[in-house]
Amino acid sequence: MSRSLKKGPYIHYKLEKKVLANVEAKKKTIIKTWSRASMISPDFVGQTIAVHNGNKFIPVYITENMVGHKLGEFAPTRIFRGHAGKKDKGRK
Amino acid sequence: MARIAGVDIPQNKRGEIGLTYIYGIGRSTAQKILTEAGIDWNKKVQDWDDDEQNRVRTIIGDNFKVEGELRSETQMNIKRLMDIGTYRGIRHRIGLPLRGQKTKNNARTRKGRKKTVANKKKAVK
Repeated sequence: MSRSLKKGPYIHYKLEKKVLANVEAKKKTIIKTWSRASMISPDFVGQTIAVHNGNKFIPVYITENMVGHKLGEFAPTRIFRGHAGKKDKGRK
Repeated sequence: MARIAGVDIPQNKRGEIGLTYIYGIGRSTAQKILTEAGIDWNKKVQDWDDDEQNRVRTIIGDNFKVEGELRSETQMNIKRLMDIGTYRGIRHRIGLPLRGQKTKNNARTRKGRKKTVANKKKAVK
């Protein structure tokens, strides 16, 4: 079920503050965050955000058409290396 | 012959059903179209006169995305997900369910026919 429009998109307030500060100063420093549930707002475009996947931070460069998705969608939490004995299919 | 939206020739059926043969039109859209065109839902497609056919054609043309156009839109949406590297896009790429269903068993719609792995089962006494 989608989120109520009344509330507006969820962005962790500290993350938003950092992004806006970055935009203001025209900087592109990498922002680390654990907030995978935060929605990507148009302000984020052009920034690089390191999203935690439970183990380490995955750097995500935000482009135009990522707006509206959530940060966690870009940092997979599971790595599937294929089944044992299967001829490798060359996937990461 | 009633040819609407390209190649579809639903014949010999009630209008409401006949229209659903077009990709992108289901029962409720078909009913909406027929109501707007002022045709009885139960009238057979073969009984429509040219005027009625044309009315249906224009309504579909103006208001609905059907067939190729709709298919390509869906493909574009999937491609977008894959290109920006979302979780859903990755799942599309490797042909597994997108919405968090379990894949330990079942999930055959996405995974396709069963692929049997030899010697998978250990003999349990």
